[in-house]
Amino acid sequence: MRQFFGIFGNLSEVTVGSSKPLAGLLLEILPPLPAFLEEYEQLLAMITACGIFVGVVPLIPLVLVLAERKVSAFIQDRTGPMRVGPWGILQTLADGVKLLFKEDLIPPYGDRVLFRLAPYIIVCFSLAAFVAIPFGAIDLGDERYVFIVSNLNIGIFYILAVSSVIVIGIIMAGWASNSKWSLLGSLRSAAQMVSYEIPVGLSILSVIMVVQTLNMQGIVDQQDGGLHSWLIFRTPFSFIAFFVFFISAIAEVNRTPFDLPEAESELVAGFHTEYSGMRFALFFIAEYANMFAVCAIAVTLFLGGWQGVLPGIDILGGLPGFVFKTLFLVFVMMWIRWTLPRLRVDQLMNLCWKYLIPVSFFNILGVGIWMLIFGADTMDMKSLGPSLVVIVIAVFILLKQVFKGVSGTKRETTPVPSS
Amino acid sequence: MLFNFANVLLILIGGFVFVAINLILSRFLQTRLPSIEKEMPYECGEEPIGDTRIKFNTRFYVIALIFLIFDVEIVFLFPWGVVFRKLIEDGAGILAFGEMFVFILILLVGLAYVWAKGDLEWIRSIQSVQEEKT
Repeated sequence: MRQFFGIFGNLSEVTVGSSKPLAGLLLEILPPLPAFLEEYEQLLAMITACGIFVGVVPLIPLVLVLAERKVSAFIQDRTGPMRVGPWGILQTLADGVKLLFKEDLIPPYGDRVLFRLAPYIIVCFSLAAFVAIPFGAIDLGDERYVFIVSNLNIGIFYILAVSSVIVIGIIMAGWASNSKWSLLGSLRSAAQMVSYEIPVGLSILSVIMVVQTLNMQGIVDQQDGGLHSWLIFRTPFSFIAFFVFFISAIAEVNRTPFDLPEAESELVAGFHTEYSGMRFALFFIAEYANMFAVCAIAVTLFLGGWQGVLPGIDILGGLPGFVFKTLFLVFVMMWIRWTLPRLRVDQLMNLCWKYLIPVSFFNILGVGIWMLIFGADTMDMKSLGPSLVVIVIAVFILLKQVFKGVSGTKRETTPVPSS
Repeated sequence: MLFNFANVLLILIGGFVFVAINLILSRFLQTRLPSIEKEMPYECGEEPIGDTRIKFNTRFYVIALIFLIFDVEIVFLFPWGVVFRKLIEDGAGILAFGEMFVFILILLVGLAYVWAKGDLEWIRSIQSVQEEKT
């Protein structure tokens, strides 16, 4: 038995730099185990660390669904759910319990095995994306323990790979449902998700060129110099890459304005039309967990991860800072959802193939040229200074254009007073 | 290294158990009253017409194929991206950039070809398809 677990290697092998994963922290702070379990203490620490994540991640949707309803309510000048608990904060829990008691139908003419398998695949692989995201860190003695399940050396690449498996689950669900709405919804969803994976991959690449590591904790470690060391500001092109990434991330998780797979007006509910009861709730959990995951990845790659705003001082840093930044991006996603109308399919595909992909190729070449001209060390003032100047000027010009447009449209819509 | 991926396996098992517990719990708490109407595929309350496995747009295949090419390309770009800074510091920056520039250029020519052929258009008029045939 010991030999069997021996093939997994040892905890001391996996320390990257001076940081250890969550399992190491658990070994440190938990009381010693009884003698007969000591052999397996590393395995037990791993299982506990994974257990914490499996337990906590499904709670994220509980919060986010309520947040979404409240945000939409305030945007539309309503109060949102108010009856269950104070200010309706228990509403999602009540909905969950209700769904638990609902009959879940399995269409008799569909593919019953695939129909049952689809929620497993979607939930498992949206959980798996959380393995490589560092949520924060704590210093104990001279060791640094990172809140990460597993500090994979190919971290971001792994996340890309795992998040594309979800597409298979969606196609399974759509095919097995034996409903035209589900089939069309799942195909659209698949086409959209695979298309937008390319801009995502390419914008990640422009970050990788700067940090030259795929390890997620390694990426965060390179942003520890305060606000100006965040990767979004390193070159003007990574500033563009952040927006390309964020737009594609919204499309990846199938949210408005890219929620064509679930367009109620034409496809009823997309690939989960035939799902009901708890199976439907599981799709919902996966959807909101995904949304949190892509925002967490955006924060890790571009907005400094769990590093604070100022070097050395812990403002907006650590676990609370990370959660704050991530929830802010989630809020932006909700804001966009309740502000913009839905795109058409051809507009959606045009945006991806004709705008985002050429722009992200241009980004990669741009980052390459920038590093050739201003030196490979992008934290050096020789490179960072021009970058900040270019970004500030670009944002200024952009804002000026935007506000010019706004006041221009206002003038047009103002009725001319007749004298 | 396997230690790290053991965690991934554990998370997958954890997710599986989470889903299974939920579904089993739900199975015991719910009442099942199947009826013919309930089991019909949902088509907005109408009687379902024809086979469900309908013919769908061939665009989906084209998109999947183009995606495959670009995704493989990204896989090739990643190792280059990881060592790019080191190559610049070693003085081989312009060579490394030039080689990747050529590689990206070849693929961009591919994208331009697909674009010019009109395969990126989701909606193609019958006229344009007929023009292509002739």
